Amino acid sequence: MELQLRGITKRFPGVLANDDISLTARSGTVLALIGENGAGKSTLMNVLTGLYQADAGEILIDGQEQRFRGPADSIAAGIGMVHQHFMLVPVFSVYENVILGAEPTGRFGVLNRTQARAQVAEVSQRYGLAVDPDSLVEDLPVGIQQRVEIIKVLLRGARILIFDEPTAVLTPQEVQEFFGIVAELKSRGATIIFITHKLKEALAVADDITVLRDGRVVGHADPRTATPEDLAAMMVGRAIDLEVDKSPARPGSSVLSLRNVTVVDDRGRPVLHSISFDVHAGEIVGIAGIQGNGQTELVQAITGLLPVATGQIEFTGQDITRMSPRARHAAGMAHVPEDRSRMGFIASFSVKENLILDSYYAAPYAEGIRLVRNAIDTTATDLVDRYDVRPPTIDNAGSSLSGGNAQKMIVAREFSREVPLLVCAQPTRGIDVGSIEYIHEQIVRKRDEGVAVLIVSTELDEIFALADRILVMFSGEIVAERRTTDTTPPEIGLFMAGQRAAAS
Amino acid sequence: MSGSAAAREAYVVGERRTRLLTRSQVLRSRISGIVMLALAVVTMLVFVPGVAGTGTATFGLSAADERIQLAPLSVPTTGSLWVLAAVLAFLGATQLFRGFQRRSTLILGIAFAVFVAVIMIWAAAGKEFSLISMLEATVASATPIALGALSGILCERSGVVNIGIEGMLLGGAFSGVVLGSLFGGWIGLLAATLTGGVLALLLAVLAVRFRVDQIIIGVVINILVLGLTSFLTAQVLVKRPELNDAPIFRPVKIPVLGDIPIVGPIFFEQTVIVYGMFLLIASVTFLLFRTRWGLRTRSVGENPKAADTLGISVARVRYLAVVYGGMVGGFAGAWFTIGTVGRFDEGMTGGRGFIGLAAMIFGAWNPIGAFGAALVFGFFDSLQQKFAILATPIPSEFLSMAPYLVTIIVVAGLVGRSRPPAADGQPYTKE
Repeated sequence: MELQLRGITKRFPGVLANDDISLTARSGTVLALIGENGAGKSTLMNVLTGLYQADAGEILIDGQEQRFRGPADSIAAGIGMVHQHFMLVPVFSVYENVILGAEPTGRFGVLNRTQARAQVAEVSQRYGLAVDPDSLVEDLPVGIQQRVEIIKVLLRGARILIFDEPTAVLTPQEVQEFFGIVAELKSRGATIIFITHKLKEALAVADDITVLRDGRVVGHADPRTATPEDLAAMMVGRAIDLEVDKSPARPGSSVLSLRNVTVVDDRGRPVLHSISFDVHAGEIVGIAGIQGNGQTELVQAITGLLPVATGQIEFTGQDITRMSPRARHAAGMAHVPEDRSRMGFIASFSVKENLILDSYYAAPYAEGIRLVRNAIDTTATDLVDRYDVRPPTIDNAGSSLSGGNAQKMIVAREFSREVPLLVCAQPTRGIDVGSIEYIHEQIVRKRDEGVAVLIVSTELDEIFALADRILVMFSGEIVAERRTTDTTPPEIGLFMAGQRAAAS
Repeated sequence: MSGSAAAREAYVVGERRTRLLTRSQVLRSRISGIVMLALAVVTMLVFVPGVAGTGTATFGLSAADERIQLAPLSVPTTGSLWVLAAVLAFLGATQLFRGFQRRSTLILGIAFAVFVAVIMIWAAAGKEFSLISMLEATVASATPIALGALSGILCERSGVVNIGIEGMLLGGAFSGVVLGSLFGGWIGLLAATLTGGVLALLLAVLAVRFRVDQIIIGVVINILVLGLTSFLTAQVLVKRPELNDAPIFRPVKIPVLGDIPIVGPIFFEQTVIVYGMFLLIASVTFLLFRTRWGLRTRSVGENPKAADTLGISVARVRYLAVVYGGMVGGFAGAWFTIGTVGRFDEGMTGGRGFIGLAAMIFGAWNPIGAFGAALVFGFFDSLQQKFAILATPIPSEFLSMAPYLVTIIVVAGLVGRSRPPAADGQPYTKE
């Protein structure tokens, strides 16, 4: 089926999220829709799936105009969406999730579970999507959960499938499998819309590429001829350097040293198991791994937010295993936390208050119980200027900043102190390409100043762009260590999927 | 020994992984061990001397009007107390020095049950105590608690927290007695049910349509109903006592089942409201877990956005579930008036709605589990009444605290933590 959008416009109070968007997804092809966060991709998809109603414009399927009053209409028209954050009920079984909203029932609405299981089995066999209908979704790995989502959509007879950032949570191997599924669906005549910000993936699978910026279509590209740089320039509106320029590292002495660190969760199960490694002055160590393999806990153990059950952490020669987070901070640890809005800054506080959030209690910002406004204003104005936070006003609320600028504000706070160690968790998650470029440059500059840097990222490209040495985490353990120059993304991908390295 | 040393000592080496008990787990198992030992000591030092020279305690197992009469159970007081004390001491010592690990909660429950037996033997020493009538009263007392819990389950499974159960009980009790006085018990029962439904509609509109904080709405409903019924009692019922004099439902014996010894009088010689409770527990369990309606309701309580993307109307599902829940609450309210005494008194529900909430949590948001929890609370409720009759030396004020005390102990987490529906209490907005 061919899907055509003509002049779709959607306004929210104060925002024009979609401005006269027109595009076509040809029958039996893959259309990649790329754009930065906030470019209007999600709004457009929500219009397409009936969650929102467009203010203007029309949706045509095979030339027929469609009117969607709700998700049920969109589903009936043959549109199915696999959301980035899976729309699954974790405590339900696979078949319960799949039939939800389209339940086979007997008399009085009693569920026909035999038929439900058979339906799931039938779809999963036809498309080669193996899954056990009776397992609980929360017990399944993410790749399988995605299959459940796809089965859900197919069972409803979808011929137009929309994938929103489908590879964000997958291992490199699962990504390959996913591309196989896409090819299979395509060969059966399905129309696929693939939303992504990973330019290489768009180039690899798409037949057509449409680029969105600020709610408008800014261009189309042919994947056979376009380069990632071309696409990035279209997305951002200016030329972008995707490579990070850096010279080889010159590591000095050990700054941070973990010895057999084990951390347990509140039910007593280990979430970090006997972790040992060192970070040296003047090097960037990258922790690779799929989300949820203990990276969050590792960062929290280092920064003092989680108690260490056994083992020892040394920082500049001092045992800090039982030291409070503030003491560690004072001893010279800077931390860019992974969850920007929850741990990085306070949305209702002003930019200047956020900029001194880590040192408000000490001189020059505090005198006794009083805050010294002049000192705060001077520092804040200087930081906003130096770290290119836009808009450069220090009195507006933190919530008024875009994701990229909020991150730059946090980076300004953490990077402006002279410290021996920098811990950055997901430093560029969900921010625009321009800001990513800027933050990467700052991280490399810190390293060149002789700071020990620990980077945690689930983006393998980011790890390869920044790290001098790569450690791979899987299931709470470090399963491999490699110099960046001695390894390749596919090899690291295997370790991320749980394969253990021979000692290197 | 310090806490961290204790944690390290509690290392248990598994096949591949090391399993550590957290500090709080170690602490918890130690405390429960000490509690059990303390219960054993109290038994030996307080209750054993207390029963000296009383001979036996006799427990009646059949009511006088039953077809099959069972001989009363007589136990020697001093001897049995020593045995029970030894059991408590054994459990406590084992827990303290070795630990029951996973079964700790179960063991603690058993220890409390043993201690309750100790108290009952002590209270009945040298007298005859009708166990059967107490158990009968247990089921009756458990009825409003179980129904209150069911009301909460229906609301919360759809993602709406209902703190206003107490108000719904009270509203149902009031309208039940007034309309019951005017038109008879069945109309009263219907009126009570509808009153609960109307109050729940208020909750649903404010929570779903206007996204008001659900805790606040619940509290407001409780205060509103308490104030309104007290006002109407003082202004209307006192002046027109004929409106506060409803016929009450008498226990109805179910043929055959009612004649089974012990089980018969406890479960099958009750009022229609109690039978209604059995029926509701069973049918709501079936509806929640075996039907389309139940699947959709649970999905909305767990992940409303997922349900929305599949074309399920979150608002509609929540309205229905909350109103059904409210109707169950109103029905439960009828128990207090037309189900027992036939007249309304200010604030007569006495916090049963809140105990119902506790039963809901204790029962892990499952109707059958909540019913079990309600029986535990009902048991202490009726134990308290019986003890008042037996004239034990415990002041009655302390006895009437028993059901609430048990609630606190249970909810304070001596049981394993149960998991609420993921979207419980969260208003749903599209983005």
